[in-house]
Amino acid sequence: MAFYRSHVLVCGGTPCLLGGCRGVKDALVAEIERQGLTDEIKVVETGCLGPCDRGPVLVVYPEGITYVRVKVEDVPAIVAEHLLKGRVVERLVYRDEAGERLVSYAQSTYYGPQKRVVLRNCGVIDPESIEEYIARDGYAALAKALTAMTPAAVVEEIKASGLRGRGGAAFPTGLKWSFTAKAQADQKYIVCNADEGEPGTFKDRLILEGDPHSVLEGMIIAGYAVGATRGFIYIRGEYRQSIARMAKAIARAREMGLLGRNILGTGFSFEVEIREGAGAYICGDETALIESIEGNRGEPRVKPPFPGVHGLWGRPTVVNNVETLANVAPIIDHGAAWFRSMGTENSPGTKVFTMTGDINNEGLIEVEMGIPLRQIIYEIGGGIPGGRGFKMAQTGGTSGGCLPTSFLDLPMDYDTLAQHGAALGSGALLVMDDTHCIVDIIKCFQKFFAHESCGRCTPCREGTVRLYEMIGEISEGRGTREHLRVLEELGRVMTVAPLCGLGQTAAVPLLSCLKHFREEIETHVLEGRCPTGVCKMGKAPVVA
Amino acid sequence: MGVVEAKEIAAIVDRHGREASKLLPILQETQRRYGYLPEEAMQQIADALSLPVAKVFGVATFYSLFAVAPKGQHIIRVCENAPCHLRGAEEVFAALREELGIQPGETTADGLFTLEQTSCLGVCGVAPVMMVDEVVYGNLTPTRVREIIANYRRAAVGE
Repeated sequence: MAFYRSHVLVCGGTPCLLGGCRGVKDALVAEIERQGLTDEIKVVETGCLGPCDRGPVLVVYPEGITYVRVKVEDVPAIVAEHLLKGRVVERLVYRDEAGERLVSYAQSTYYGPQKRVVLRNCGVIDPESIEEYIARDGYAALAKALTAMTPAAVVEEIKASGLRGRGGAAFPTGLKWSFTAKAQADQKYIVCNADEGEPGTFKDRLILEGDPHSVLEGMIIAGYAVGATRGFIYIRGEYRQSIARMAKAIARAREMGLLGRNILGTGFSFEVEIREGAGAYICGDETALIESIEGNRGEPRVKPPFPGVHGLWGRPTVVNNVETLANVAPIIDHGAAWFRSMGTENSPGTKVFTMTGDINNEGLIEVEMGIPLRQIIYEIGGGIPGGRGFKMAQTGGTSGGCLPTSFLDLPMDYDTLAQHGAALGSGALLVMDDTHCIVDIIKCFQKFFAHESCGRCTPCREGTVRLYEMIGEISEGRGTREHLRVLEELGRVMTVAPLCGLGQTAAVPLLSCLKHFREEIETHVLEGRCPTGVCKMGKAPVVA
Repeated sequence: MGVVEAKEIAAIVDRHGREASKLLPILQETQRRYGYLPEEAMQQIADALSLPVAKVFGVATFYSLFAVAPKGQHIIRVCENAPCHLRGAEEVFAALREELGIQPGETTADGLFTLEQTSCLGVCGVAPVMMVDEVVYGNLTPTRVREIIANYRRAAVGE
């Protein structure tokens, strides 16, 4: 194996691709060749490195210097100065919010507090290389499970770890597996839910792009644990790069005997197929997703029966989120106790968050469960741009609650957020500064739900549209006290009456805003003005 | 219409298998071939899979990535969900409507562009974003979208 004195990792995640990272990578390879350094320096395209709004991003090892917003024109300087002479190109170096140059990737306020379990290989290896995955202990957990553990022991280990579903519902994964393991059937299935659609969430996309084998390994282990021999990965049709990377990962794993018939000579067989979504948020619901794989409209089923015993084609089916499955191999590798050493008692482990909105470091992070919201926003997230004030944070995506300043010190775990009418959910974190209007953003949320309701059940089909209309009227200065009363009443009905999670959460952000930002909403209704001046209401806003 | 060749549809169906569960992959490939799902094609697919044509049409109209009528040469999908909204998606959308002279759901008179609204595209780290066909564009501003449109127009003339 060749030895290289330097490695240049170029982020190949979709956000960086948009910034032109392929061009930068090609220019780097060409320039390195021109300088005669091809035998000394290796250029690797990796998965997401994290700070998406500063792409294209690249890291030079062994120094660990991170360069951001790199353009093709910058490449000759990086090669001539840094790679040839060892002089860092200061103008491109990633600086933290205080303007301090980062000595290394690991010491920054951005990376320092992070704990990377799911993202262990993201931005570290070439995601298209199964060899690099294996070199980082990949497929060791699968080998351990197949050769040294009974299926029941695997289920027990996952149960003991306390891992909970990372797609949003937070159901205990081990318990879910145990239902399917116990069920008797001629065929069982593992389904990976990669139909990521919650606004503000892009973790599954970047996990699939950055480390597809970690998800595949989790699926195969799940199959062994519950007695399933077939799996489906349902990926959003819009995620072209995720689909391509996963297809390649499946092909390579099959070639290496890690997937298919008689895996590692143990007699266990498992097949995986990719299914592409066709554009429907509702298919993130596990029963809607199952309908879609069967070739139907993606409308949710009435539960119970749950998919664990009656799923795909009526057979017992485990449906797990991408991030959940990526946690499986590390748990089998290092044990449940190790997993429980991270996070909180009821929410062990880590969580991947995607930070969006009015925050300096938009992008992908992974931290231990229970970290305070304030630390995520102000330390890792680098605070709010332009020194503006914090107004609210919405956790869990558009179906999550909105939290005001007084909640900034809440620990981010499933139960604490649920107690406060919010949800950790998928790990989306939307930050909004004080120049934005709460009515305007609620209107944006309700428009989303009115558009994405599948139409199957009446409370959701009708309710989402009425909520959108009423908040729209308030934003135009036509709101009355009756609007507030009906919004609240209909909102409460919506939390229980609809068939699935989409409808049941469609009023959650609205209800949390009515609770925490009531005054601002009432000002729109009672005084006919928008305090931030965002809503066009006829009356001029009062400048504070 | 006569744009659909029965042989082609049969080949697509056979590639995936004549099972009802293959309906989505079959429709996806058919749309890649024709740019939309012609009625004749849906009829032939229904026959091949022994499904009522209403079922095929029902599936085709449920999912936003399927089209049952011809669209422009390029489909522009603009995200307007909360993360993009906070970063100025509204101005971007207004600039697109003005530049193209059409409303969402419409196609330009020259047949070059169809404008659509979409839900989250999952690239919020570089919001606001849009997709043109299968290419995603991020960090958009009104100026930037005008440049992008101009590039597509130039490319169309050059063809």
